[in-house]
Amino acid sequence: MGTKIVSKTFLNPNKTVFEMVVEAPLVAKKAKGGNFVILRIDETGERIPLTVADYDKEKGTITMVIMAVGKSTTQISKLEPGDEILDFIGPLGNKAHIKKFEHPVVFVGGGVGIAPCYPQAKEMKEEGNHVIAILSARTKNLLFWEDKFREFCDEVFITTDDGSLGMKGFGVDKLKQLMLEKPLSQVIAIGPMIMMKFVALLTNGKKDLPLIPTIVSLNTLMVDGTGMCGGCRFQTMHGETKFACVDGPDVDGHDVDFDNLLKRNTRFVRVEKIRLEKYNEECRAINKFCEEKEIEG
Amino acid sequence: MPKVEIIKERTPMPHQDAKIRAHNFEEVALGFTEEMALAEAKRCMQCKNRACVKGCPVEVAIPEFIALILEKDYRGALKKIKETNVLPAICGRVCPQETQCEQYCTLGKIKDSKPVGIGRLERFVADWDLVNPEEISPEDAYCEDVDDDRLKVAIIGGGPAGLTCAGELANLGYSVTIFEAFHKTGGVLVYGIPEFRLPKDIVKKEIDKLKECGVKIEVNSVIGQILDIEDLRKMGFKAFFIGVGAGLPVFLKIPGTELNGVLSANEYLTRVNLMKAYDPEYDTMVDQGKNVAVFGGGNVAMDSARTALRLGAEKVMIIYRRSEKEIPARREEYEHAVEEGVEFHFLRNPTKIIGDDEGFVKAIEVLKMELGEPDASGRRRPIAQPRTEYIIDVDLCIMAIGAKANPLLTKKTKNLKLNKWDYIEVNEKGQSVSIPDVFAGGDIVTGSATVISAMGAGKKAAASIHEYLLNIY
Ligand SMILES: Cc1cc2nc3c(=O)[nH]c(=O)nc-3n(C[C@H](O)[C@H](O)[C@H](O)COP(=O)(O)OP(=O)(O)OC[C@H]3O[C@@H](n4cnc5c(N)ncnc54)[C@H](O)[C@@H]3O)c2cc1C
Ligand code: SF4
Ligand code: FES
Repeated sequence: MGTKIVSKTFLNPNKTVFEMVVEAPLVAKKAKGGNFVILRIDETGERIPLTVADYDKEKGTITMVIMAVGKSTTQISKLEPGDEILDFIGPLGNKAHIKKFEHPVVFVGGGVGIAPCYPQAKEMKEEGNHVIAILSARTKNLLFWEDKFREFCDEVFITTDDGSLGMKGFGVDKLKQLMLEKPLSQVIAIGPMIMMKFVALLTNGKKDLPLIPTIVSLNTLMVDGTGMCGGCRFQTMHGETKFACVDGPDVDGHDVDFDNLLKRNTRFVRVEKIRLEKYNEECRAINKFCEEKEIEG
Repeated sequence: MPKVEIIKERTPMPHQDAKIRAHNFEEVALGFTEEMALAEAKRCMQCKNRACVKGCPVEVAIPEFIALILEKDYRGALKKIKETNVLPAICGRVCPQETQCEQYCTLGKIKDSKPVGIGRLERFVADWDLVNPEEISPEDAYCEDVDDDRLKVAIIGGGPAGLTCAGELANLGYSVTIFEAFHKTGGVLVYGIPEFRLPKDIVKKEIDKLKECGVKIEVNSVIGQILDIEDLRKMGFKAFFIGVGAGLPVFLKIPGTELNGVLSANEYLTRVNLMKAYDPEYDTMVDQGKNVAVFGGGNVAMDSARTALRLGAEKVMIIYRRSEKEIPARREEYEHAVEEGVEFHFLRNPTKIIGDDEGFVKAIEVLKMELGEPDASGRRRPIAQPRTEYIIDVDLCIMAIGAKANPLLTKKTKNLKLNKWDYIEVNEKGQSVSIPDVFAGGDIVTGSATVISAMGAGKKAAASIHEYLLNIY
């Protein structure tokens, strides 16, 4: 008995980023912004951690936004509504720390990291905060969910690296502007490791800018997601070892040794590349086989 | 009284050849044939004082089951064992017999004589049953409908402790549900102990038998996250057994543990055993090492080292800070590791892990040790020899230096009393000292121990849960 896929929607024309909604009532009941889930597609699949992008307690569903980068995520992108995922585990990790702040709360979402900002931003709004969202992507086509954020956020800003939508530049640039304009209580940055690193450097109070408490969401490599393997570990600035799955995934951005984490995330890069090529090759072969059959028949 | 014949030599266990097996994941020890089992059973002197039984944590009726083997009543022998040990196929393979039953065996006390191969006989009987299963009559088989009015008990954690407790309670007529965090049940038996030592099929068969007895299993259920004990109470569960093991990995506090290529034995073994990273059909990846260093000297270290060999490492070194005499691993595993070509570096302690520019391990620094006076554990304490450091080139480092209690569930369970190492405090009945409907056993109570002691604890807790529920309902 697997977990049923309710819907799948591609968010960009290249079909590399997609939103997937699954039926998981018990998980949905407990899930909050900040939590993540682990799924395993089939018997030979690996355990893939994904941050919760939305939950609907009434419908009993969980939404995830996934970018097809490796073999397994490419494989998920090919599943259709009605298909089942063999294993679905969650909610894992800690929920976001939601409370009422004096000044605005700013979310900086980069790429697929835009999605996990969504439930947290909504919870922050429900708590009565002034919520600002900076949504950034490489280019227009990779920017999604602007309308969903506009529904409830007090301010929404868009940045793209190439200027094809909104301000030309990075999310960090927009954040810097805001920091110069007004006092901010909290920054939550979710996106590529390098983006989170620069946000944390901007808000750490060590330059001529004010210190703003900053939360980042760590998407390290994981196996179990429950603290039993240590594969997800990261170093704090104090040289302490912590586990992203149980101490996070949301952690104090000023206390993360990003340089080490950037290196740790290259652990399987080479193997993964070879594997993806092999998988794509297989898919092409199957497609070709099917096409030929069709021509004949 | 007829004089008993003393046969000093043990019937040898057939093995896969060391050179071949070091490159495959198939079982190392092949098991006795019927002939071998009968020959070994004949060695037992049927001692009146049953010395061996005293060495067994669950007091298996050893001379009695051996006598039944001699009568070729293998089913009878199995039933005899199962009176106290519900997982004989597993225990026959992984129990440290040399420090338990076989250590006390009278035959082993005689000059030049070896103890009876009790574990091997236990395994023979259990394996015989797997090939010749008893037919279950339809009336005995579990029937879904009787579910409703039985009392519900929740078992948290599907390792040997949880499985045993579940089996016992199901036999007593309770409606039992196991909640397991992983996608497979079995605990260390499936994620830790490798295939070549304990085939996963055997674990699966034992679990299937539990399901036949009506035990329900909910995998992918991390209790403390998806549901907590309070939720389960609201769902109608009347008693709880916590058997979540001691799954928190320990990393040495030395420079360099953050490097790529440094991992806990838990992660290494989980990737390989549970996720089958050794099989190209499976997607999970595992770090490949040419020169591998494993820190530690227990079963976990042996399993990691032998796994690394099988994954194609050229050189695998076990770095242990005490001497050969002190290694806590099962003797047989140590011997197998030596035969397969694992190098042992005794009296060495790693002091530093050195990385390259890209953040991958390239070497370790180790320090020589000497043994001093015995410490609290009774083992001689290793003492560092200053300025004896040297460097060994390695590209993979596996930490197998122990495990601690995982606080995920225990810290989220209000009022659950823990000891100073975060293990659950229970009374002699296996009942939590602070919450009456919560019972616990296995590694989460004792710290890392053995399969058989976890099973023993599960069995004891089942009896206590029964007593507790009888008093209330
Ligand atoms: C590599 C290795 C080799 C070993 N070799 C031997 C050997 O040869 N002989 C021997 O006697 N002993 C051996 N041991 C020790 C032995 O395996 C353990 O002592 C025994 O398994 C403990 O059983 P347990 O039931 O207490 O816990 P475990 O076997 O650890 O099982 C606990 C289970 O609980 C689950 N769980 C944890 N948290 C939760 C949660 N919050 N919710 C739901 N489920 C949860 C886990 O996923 C796991 O399945 C070895 C251990 C290891 C790691
Ligand atoms: S102590 Fe050894 S010889 Fe005596 S009954 Fe037990 S197994 Fe047989
Ligand atoms: S994923 Fe294994 S400890 Fe965090």
